[in-house]
Amino acid sequence: MLKDITLGQYFPGNSVIHRLDPRTKLIMLVVYIVALFMAKGILSYGMLLVLLVAVIKVSTIPPKSIVKGMKPLVMILVFTGVLNLFFTQEGPVLVDFWVITITLGGLTRAFFMVLRILMLITCTFLLTYTTSPISLTDGLESLMNPLKKIGVPVHELSMMMCIALRFIPTLIEETDKIMCAQKARGADFENGSLIDRAKALIPILVPLFIGAFRRADELATAMECRCYQGGEGRTKMKLLHYHRNDLTAFGIGALMIVAVAVLGSFGL
Amino acid sequence: MEPILEVKNLNYIYSIGTPFEHQALDNVSFAVNRGEFIGIIGHTGSGKSTLMQQLNGLLKPTSGQVLLDGQDIWSDKKLTRQARFRVGLVFQYPEYQLFEETVYRDIAFGPKNMGLKEDEIDRRVREAAGFVGLTENQLQVSPFDLSGGQKRRVAIAGVIAMEPEVLILDEPTAGLDPIGRAEILGNIESYRKAKNATIMMVSHSMEDVARLTDRLLVMNGSHLAMDATPAEVFTHAEELVEMGLNIPQVTQVFLELRKMGVEVPNVYTIGQAVDALKAIRGGAAKC
Repeated sequence: MLKDITLGQYFPGNSVIHRLDPRTKLIMLVVYIVALFMAKGILSYGMLLVLLVAVIKVSTIPPKSIVKGMKPLVMILVFTGVLNLFFTQEGPVLVDFWVITITLGGLTRAFFMVLRILMLITCTFLLTYTTSPISLTDGLESLMNPLKKIGVPVHELSMMMCIALRFIPTLIEETDKIMCAQKARGADFENGSLIDRAKALIPILVPLFIGAFRRADELATAMECRCYQGGEGRTKMKLLHYHRNDLTAFGIGALMIVAVAVLGSFGL
Repeated sequence: MEPILEVKNLNYIYSIGTPFEHQALDNVSFAVNRGEFIGIIGHTGSGKSTLMQQLNGLLKPTSGQVLLDGQDIWSDKKLTRQARFRVGLVFQYPEYQLFEETVYRDIAFGPKNMGLKEDEIDRRVREAAGFVGLTENQLQVSPFDLSGGQKRRVAIAGVIAMEPEVLILDEPTAGLDPIGRAEILGNIESYRKAKNATIMMVSHSMEDVARLTDRLLVMNGSHLAMDATPAEVFTHAEELVEMGLNIPQVTQVFLELRKMGVEVPNVYTIGQAVDALKAIRGGAAKC
């Protein structure tokens, strides 16, 4: 049940997308999100969707796992959809029943809103699915490097992110184990009032937090044993370089954003 | 005698319908009698842990039945919940599941979930603490202030306090020193004697299972490979080694002795070995 959560997980592979420089992927993610918010009409959305599907295809990530990752977000999607559907009153009325009025404008807006969120999440998933946590943080660190000049602890931040990503699956597994152990002692997480269910979480959260602190302590010791002293003077085994494919990716990104801007000026 | 727990043609497949699909149990059947001490051995990934979680209804079988006192634990919601209490399950490294402020309250968690009265809970907590050798003073301290071995005993007491008729333990002695191991195994045995409870214990120590258990279930590649007394199981030394398991060291020594031409019987505990050697020495003294 909990094991099915794939958020922030890396699927090893050797596709073109996997081999792109992490910085390219990060920048392209931002560009894509910007384009997504600039998109106005069906043509722009269609183009962005085709692009996304193409990238999924090339990345060899099974579409099933992307769908699976969406599951925890279903509530947000439904909520957004319903809100837009009922509270946008534009254009011809489609349904008028009791207090419910659905207009064509509301329907289209709800549709595009949900589509936008879906695409937003999918492209974020693509980044974490095709980029190992280490190269992802490497990329982030390198992109944020200029911020060091104004005193932002860039290396520490990226190390924190790297550790957080690395420990998501570990903690999920641990939660599963603790849940099983408490269920074996008769704990009930599914029944009772909201307060009862919130209380039922204590036997999971306390051991989970204690376990997390224990792990953090062990990890700190292990890092010190290997002479980790922060980013100062630390060299890298894998230096980041842009390649031909990265330039192609940037080219596609630039074309995409120009296309969306042009289409947007025509309201498409 | 009617078996207390019976497993019939149990199959379990993980993540059915995904690329990660994996059959963890394949047509497993066996029956367990009241008061028996059963050892479960098997290589990592042979399905032991999955099997354990089937027995108290934590996992639902893909097909097949788990019968508790002749009733299918999945036939009724109430029976499933009952199975949680009647079949106590102690996971590996159970000390990581402690969460309450005092040892007393942690042990009381199970009985409280059973909906027992306050004085019955109190009796059970004290009795369970007694079984695992916790003192009155220790009941009032925080479980996080105890040593590793003591925490383990608190966790086991937490399951014993539900007074399960079948107590299942997954490697209860893993990571403990020899004295801690002996104590925990003694605690388990005393609970069995006092309540005529059935014990099922997963262990990687062939010495422990040889000494303690009446019967061994050997799991291999999701199958139940053997279901026999330790004496019988350990005569299949080669098969066990093939499954990534072993036989007790003393059994190995005696097998080698026999290869060298010494007439010795099959033994699997130190006690038996001593008797056998004494008999041989006695015989030699005579001639």
